[in-house]
Amino acid sequence: MRGSLYAEWTKLRTLASTCWLLLATAALTVAVSAAAAAAVRCPSGGCADDPAKISLTGIYLGQAVVAVLAVMAVSGEYGTGMIRLTLAATPRRLIALAAKAAVLTGLILVTGTIAVFASLLAGALILPGHGIGPSHGYPAISASDGPVLRAAAGSVLYLALIALLSLGAATALREAAAAIGAVLGLLYLFPIIAVFTGNASLSRHLEQIAPMTAGLAIQATTGLNTLPISPWAGLGVLAAWAAGALVLGGMLLRSRDA
Amino acid sequence: MNTITPSRSAAPPARAGFAHLLHAEWTKFRTVRGWVIAVIVAVLVTVLLGLFQGSHSHVAPCTTGPNGPACHYVIPAGPGGESVTDTFYFVHRPLAGDGTITVRVTSLTEVAESSQTLNGRPVSTKPAVVPWSKAGLIITAGSGQGSAYAAVLVTGSHGTRMQWNYTGDTAGLAGRVSAASPRWLRLTRAGDVITGYDSAGGTSWTKIGAVTLPGLAPTVQAGLFATSPGYAQQTSQQITSASGTAAPTDATATFGRVGMHGGWPGSSWTGTSVHGGPDSPYVTGHEAGYRQAGSAFTVTGSGDIAPDVTDGVPIDVLLAGLFIALITVLVVGAQFMTAEYRPGLIRVTLAASPRRGRALAAKAIVLGAVTFAAGLAGAAAAVLIGIPLLRASGNPVYPATALTEVRVIAGTAALAAVFAVLALALGAILRHGAGAVTVVITAVILPYLLTAAIPVLPAGAADWVLRVTPAAGFAIRQVIPAYPQVAASYTPSSDYFPLAPWAGFAVSCAWAALALALAAHFLRRRDA
Repeated sequence: MRGSLYAEWTKLRTLASTCWLLLATAALTVAVSAAAAAAVRCPSGGCADDPAKISLTGIYLGQAVVAVLAVMAVSGEYGTGMIRLTLAATPRRLIALAAKAAVLTGLILVTGTIAVFASLLAGALILPGHGIGPSHGYPAISASDGPVLRAAAGSVLYLALIALLSLGAATALREAAAAIGAVLGLLYLFPIIAVFTGNASLSRHLEQIAPMTAGLAIQATTGLNTLPISPWAGLGVLAAWAAGALVLGGMLLRSRDA
Repeated sequence: MNTITPSRSAAPPARAGFAHLLHAEWTKFRTVRGWVIAVIVAVLVTVLLGLFQGSHSHVAPCTTGPNGPACHYVIPAGPGGESVTDTFYFVHRPLAGDGTITVRVTSLTEVAESSQTLNGRPVSTKPAVVPWSKAGLIITAGSGQGSAYAAVLVTGSHGTRMQWNYTGDTAGLAGRVSAASPRWLRLTRAGDVITGYDSAGGTSWTKIGAVTLPGLAPTVQAGLFATSPGYAQQTSQQITSASGTAAPTDATATFGRVGMHGGWPGSSWTGTSVHGGPDSPYVTGHEAGYRQAGSAFTVTGSGDIAPDVTDGVPIDVLLAGLFIALITVLVVGAQFMTAEYRPGLIRVTLAASPRRGRALAAKAIVLGAVTFAAGLAGAAAAVLIGIPLLRASGNPVYPATALTEVRVIAGTAALAAVFAVLALALGAILRHGAGAVTVVITAVILPYLLTAAIPVLPAGAADWVLRVTPAAGFAIRQVIPAYPQVAASYTPSSDYFPLAPWAGFAVSCAWAALALALAAHFLRRRDA
């Protein structure tokens, strides 16, 4: 296992794209979060806004880059034929997959932590100037606040789970474009379809089982009783999706020719 | 200075060459089984989701009556076929033939139901300013909902107006009416033509407008009215479904010096509450009605005489499946280009067609045509089968003209084709399938998601996002128009786009054209 971990770490580390994608994840997350915070206006106060959640808007875009990174970690090997070398070196294929998952999770946890805390910092600096701050009766964005800490840690875990979901999907589908299409479709389409159903209970059920809407419930720090699903349960739903994708990918990896 | 000269074939380009090129690209497309299956699946998903939406939407408020649950809910239709709100208190008498009615309005006040409740009942009412409360003179073909009409009226905060047939609206004198600054209103009927005037002092009159109500019967109903639409308060820039609170309101207007000339056969006034269904829209504890003392009247009413933008299912909900189909199409579009690079097929393609821009054009045409045809088939089936299903399951369908239906169906198919070409061009620029798919999905679907589906962006930012990103093209789906004289939440999350349908579509086309131009540039400059 240690050898596999080292091999996967070397492969990911030495790809120029890995570094760029990690940088892009952090930069886009922070940029979109800061832009969303700067766009909010609440001059008269009393807006039903959630400061932490606004500060973490960038996750919606950042997760797409994380998905690309995870998909390319597998599909890139299929594209170049590298996968045959990997599996020859690690004949126990699930070990190879687990090593990939572990290395990828580590990288995303580090990058995600930087991106999330930088986003919250941007929100804490920008939002009070737009009528959403402690002087207007909103909770301050600080890491010592329980709900804010939950939103921050949860968002980092969310990104890691998105990476695992993408890794599983890419292992199952192999082809990079199809895999990224499937992952982004899974994330972005549920809420759109939910809106169109025009049926409140069906729409709520869709939001409860959708990987993105359920998973991002973790970002809420106010109005928890209006959420379709409670924060940690929502992250659990995403974890179930990620586990399902990994199991499916692992089964196909074992049974198929590379 | 170094210039790179692209390799060019010495053979003269033949006209027939492009047809061959198209044929070659079509052959490449149809012989990849995965792409053909993906397109067929996209069509099927669009149709099936349309059928599901048609049979599972329940937006009509169902009431439980003596005969069990009933979901008939009829939205009145105006003379132009548009769905309208037509609820007001009407103090009227018949007008036979031509005639004139003049009145002085000295006050217009509104009350809103307080949002505080005690044992489920509101505890009090409170004074409110309802911008589009209305009171004044109206000449209508009848007191049934949806009748043709013309009116001059004072409003809560939009001055004096002349309005007709629900959608027509012309401004007259500005300012709010009060005892110190009364408004004089006059309506004159001559055949089918009704002319509205207003005046601040009752001596010098200004014509606001003259409208023709075709086929107006000789005897019409004319008189005084008052109405006031529900009060909607937006509590946040961050629009969420829970942030708006609405409460019924009603308006009371004081009229005096009613004067009439012409054919007024009756001798007394009749008060009618024009509304549909048994529910009174009035504020609890207040009654609609009128009081008369000589030629002075006080009229209280609630509702609106305006186009209806809140009820009825717009037909674009039947096209929800298109978003799923779109992801499939975007993946195929990107792969149609990037697949050339992996086995080195691109070198054969470019050797066969040394003028590289033409090879790209042929690809774009084949992909666009296939996507448009598939989108048209899917969207047309979803909408045309879905509408009867919606009606059968008791939902009022927002009436759309045939032209609007064609625009929504064909425009949606064309939009899918434009986005597919955008994916193709990004594939040529990035030469990386996953990269191209990610960029195109985050450029097309993500802006729509963050502004319309889960509105996490504030309304002002959302409008800008839908003006400048490729997602602007989704405006082509908008069915219900926005009316300046109706206060409603005209935000992307309520299906209103900041750009007009074809303007939004043009923005998407511009992005695709820009990407294609860049792709052609890179294709020529780079080694394959």
